[in-house]
Amino acid sequence: MSIWLAQHLAALRDALRRLAAAPLNSLLSLLVIGVALTLPTSGWLALDNLRKLTGDTPGVQQISIFLTLDAGKRDFADIESRLQEIRAGSWRFVPREEALKRLQASEGMAEIVASLPRNPLPDAFVITPGDAQPERLERLAKTFSGWPKVTHVQLDSAWVKRFDALLRLGKLVVMLLGILFAGALVTLTFNTIRLQILAQAAEIEVAKLIGATDTYIQRPLHYFGMLQGLLGGLCAALLVTAGFHLLTPPVAELTRLYGANFALQGLSGSDVLILAAIGSALGWLGAKISVLIHLRRIG
Amino acid sequence: MIAANEVTKRYPEGREALRNVSFAITAGEMVFLTGHSGAGKSTLFKLLAAIERPTSGSIVINGQNLAALRSNAIPYLRRKLGLIFQDRKLLFDRSVLDNVLLPLAIVGHPPREALRRAQAALAKVGLPNRERTLPIALSGGEQQRLAIARAVVNRPAIILADEPTANLDAVSAAEILHIFRAFQQVGVTVVIATHDPLSLPSYRPRILRLDKGAMSEPAHDQAAEEAVP
Repeated sequence: MSIWLAQHLAALRDALRRLAAAPLNSLLSLLVIGVALTLPTSGWLALDNLRKLTGDTPGVQQISIFLTLDAGKRDFADIESRLQEIRAGSWRFVPREEALKRLQASEGMAEIVASLPRNPLPDAFVITPGDAQPERLERLAKTFSGWPKVTHVQLDSAWVKRFDALLRLGKLVVMLLGILFAGALVTLTFNTIRLQILAQAAEIEVAKLIGATDTYIQRPLHYFGMLQGLLGGLCAALLVTAGFHLLTPPVAELTRLYGANFALQGLSGSDVLILAAIGSALGWLGAKISVLIHLRRIG
Repeated sequence: MIAANEVTKRYPEGREALRNVSFAITAGEMVFLTGHSGAGKSTLFKLLAAIERPTSGSIVINGQNLAALRSNAIPYLRRKLGLIFQDRKLLFDRSVLDNVLLPLAIVGHPPREALRRAQAALAKVGLPNRERTLPIALSGGEQQRLAIARAVVNRPAIILADEPTANLDAVSAAEILHIFRAFQQVGVTVVIATHDPLSLPSYRPRILRLDKGAMSEPAHDQAAEEAVP
């Protein structure tokens, strides 16, 4: 084992020893970091779920193309090849029979549909564009309306615009929260490391006098900051997941009452890793700044 | 091995701690640096240990000019020196063994090898079986032995000791000097700063005498003869 690796392992052990030396303080710090990371993470998760919810709901971020009643298979194939050509996104063909069945299944509509002499509904395509920018959706809708056998193109532009603005506002709020709480995490680590340096000033001074390099002294402190951030990130993941499990049944019930089929999506494994990595990086940053400022004063 | 040439140290407030000090110490010598309090011994110790830099002049240790040494090279120089400080600078919240393991950890010795070396160093200074003891539980003489063990554990070619026998009774002081003598006899260069002429050993060591920051002439064994009763 190289000296370099051995010294890194020793620094990691030292950082773990420091964390374990004051368990209550460490636990409180981890909780504070966890809560600080939980708020922006929850906001991000809520936005992501909202985007998914609306993405799956007809009429939102989707364009419906209704065809004339005399449109046939060749016309359907023509529309499909056109959609493919302009890379409109994903689409689904809804035959008029399926549309009627759906209408029948809707509450209170069965009798009305049964009284109709024939199926009045047209065949349709439901398109979910890859790019949900309102301008792009409007451009697509305009293009579709010029195609043959298309009688009506439905896009609720106002709703799409409102929703897009809402999402952008949400993103901005989550970003600001993220910056604010990232700053709090860096500050907390900065202060923890400052206290560590003050408490171990004698040891640091002796180590410097007998040949320790700055890197040797800084390494366990950097590891400490990183570990604290990493564990804080995992703590946040735990809190968010707990909240997710609490909210899942009532949200499912609510969406079921609205006739939708939606399940909240929690943090994935990679999300947890990213959260831990962000916490770790912020912890390292706080430790780095603190070490740069406070270690200079010793020895 | 150690050469000082026209070394002057002036502090920012204008006090001149050392003035045009020159000397040379060859490998394997044991040299006593004597003088009254305030003569400049501790300042010279700090300059030799690269804790401070001279205002003018040069100090060369093992071919390295300390005045021209870059800051990031100083730790590597100190690893080659065995430094014993006036206040010992022991870590009182760490065991005797951990205190001696510290320099080995800094250099990056594997744990098993480090343990073996630390135990050997403690045995050499007469502190075996005290590994788990905290330094606070040791007597003054034992604490000094511990400081020596920590200084020699990396097998330095040069030992620099600042007032190693201060606050020790005559027996303990003699034992400490005996330990230094043992290191010198195996080829280690030993430089000891002391203000107490009574602490000088009975054999005739080489003495460098400082007086008000200047090397008093002649710097030879005469001083030792005067000091030894």
